[in-house]
Amino acid sequence: MKTKKQKVFSTVIFILCVLAAIIMLVPFLWMVSASFKSNTEMFEKPIRWIPEVFHLDNYVRVWTDVDFLQYYLNTFKVTVVSVFIQVFTCSLSAFAFTKLKFPGRDKIFFVYIATMMVPWHAIMIPQFITVRTLGLYNSHMALILIGSFNAFGVFLLRQNMLSIPSEMNEAAKIDGCSIMRIYWNIIMPLTKGGIATLIILQFNTVWNDYMAPMIYLDSDAKKTIQLGLASFRQQYSADYGAIMAGTVCSVIPIIIIYAFAQQYIIDGVAHAGVKG
Amino acid sequence: MEYRKQKNKLHQKETVAGYLCLLPNFIGFAVFTMIPVIMGFIISLTNYNGFPGYRFIGLKNYLTMFGDSMFRTSLKNNLIYSFSVVPLTLVVSLALALALNRKIFLGGFFKTVYFFPNLTSMVAIGCVAMMVFQPIGGVVNQLLEFLGMAQENLPKWFNATSTALLTVIIVVVWKQAGYYMIIFMGGLKNIPQHLYEAARIDGANSWQCFRHVTLPMLSPTTFMVTILCFISSFQVFDIIQITTEGGPGQATMVLVFRIFKEAFQNSNMGYASAIAYFLFLIIFAITLIQWRGQKKWVND
Repeated sequence: MKTKKQKVFSTVIFILCVLAAIIMLVPFLWMVSASFKSNTEMFEKPIRWIPEVFHLDNYVRVWTDVDFLQYYLNTFKVTVVSVFIQVFTCSLSAFAFTKLKFPGRDKIFFVYIATMMVPWHAIMIPQFITVRTLGLYNSHMALILIGSFNAFGVFLLRQNMLSIPSEMNEAAKIDGCSIMRIYWNIIMPLTKGGIATLIILQFNTVWNDYMAPMIYLDSDAKKTIQLGLASFRQQYSADYGAIMAGTVCSVIPIIIIYAFAQQYIIDGVAHAGVKG
Repeated sequence: MEYRKQKNKLHQKETVAGYLCLLPNFIGFAVFTMIPVIMGFIISLTNYNGFPGYRFIGLKNYLTMFGDSMFRTSLKNNLIYSFSVVPLTLVVSLALALALNRKIFLGGFFKTVYFFPNLTSMVAIGCVAMMVFQPIGGVVNQLLEFLGMAQENLPKWFNATSTALLTVIIVVVWKQAGYYMIIFMGGLKNIPQHLYEAARIDGANSWQCFRHVTLPMLSPTTFMVTILCFISSFQVFDIIQITTEGGPGQATMVLVFRIFKEAFQNSNMGYASAIAYFLFLIIFAITLIQWRGQKKWVND
């Protein structure tokens, strides 16, 4: 009797899960479907999920009328350089905060932690003034510099390095191993998981960033993918098919990353949760 | 004596190495985060508008702020938005986490799917949402019509003052539920299984188990999710810039949108900084609540 009731309960839950999955997926399916439609078919009743004719010209238009390739390359450049700077500088800092002893260490770390609760929007104006004073307005360097030195990266890697027993580097130190070799040959390999998480989270953040590029970039040739997509949507506001084709193109890299690195991404979220 | 000297030397070496390791990150951190935090406050006390020749005007910007009807509207909208998004997100993400916490057919697949919207950019989601919520022929209204709603009653979603903010709320909850679901799943995993067994032996049913074991044991996670969600809700911007641009009228005007407009379109950097600092104060207050609460939850 009880098992039957439980079975019914499980089935109901499963059906609700399927419904939720449909709600999560429908906008994406609609996006893909619409990207192959002509404008007249777009809001047809009832919805034709699989278009009668596949209009590939939406994609052709996106890649020829607009310089999507340039946007891709720009975003890729900003993302890769800022990920590289972040991993390098944050891991060095995290190493110093966990494995080295020097006066003022914990005070400096406290300053890092304290700034983590300052929302970016509260400092974007002085940051903008600083960047402009440095003559970096309308350059990719601006985006790279403001995106690379956040306290979160230091915090995440520090958490990771704390779990490495300090006997390991103490032993290496007694054996006469130099500090840089401890960092590079002992600590870094053991922090691989944390670094992978940081790389992917940073990639996702920079790739999807919209507000900073909007503030800092002016010329079309410098635009990143999100900014390019947004201004494309404004220019071609009635060309729904092309907008959807552009949107599909902007999402594809994220889907690829998600497919390969889902575990690291979800670990990263769990970490971000712990930070609170 | 000799040994001591050597040890001292080692210490010195470590101190130098420590500072050198911090340096690359610290320079960037100081220039682009630490100094701007202080600079922001100073700018908020001036009438700086992007050009030289500004002067200190004390707290005037802050006083102007509370008399400014645009600011008041954006604060009001932001509060409505926050107090809707947070509870809705909590309920949806907890429900999803509870469902996936059971051993369920295709559980891994569902987790992947629910989390996915969180990774896509707000720009892309905004573009799609505009079409899905299209008043005539959009997916949502076609569904409502199919369910029997009369055509003249169909909501205009982003295009009407009364529903624009609601639509933004729906889209944001849809996007971020999967994120908080993951955090909840972590919390659920940490509840010791023997508590459920004990409750079962005492004759508790599923609802009683949930009410008297799961919810109390999960409260630290729930508390943290609430805080994180509130903090992010005060920073909503991208979705509004893409879909409604604060409109129709001022229906979806929120704080960051106001800061952006004042600073980068009207060039009122001083005034915008005052609003930005006000935003910082709100978030600081929420963080303080969190610190106090965390202590309490840990002691319990």
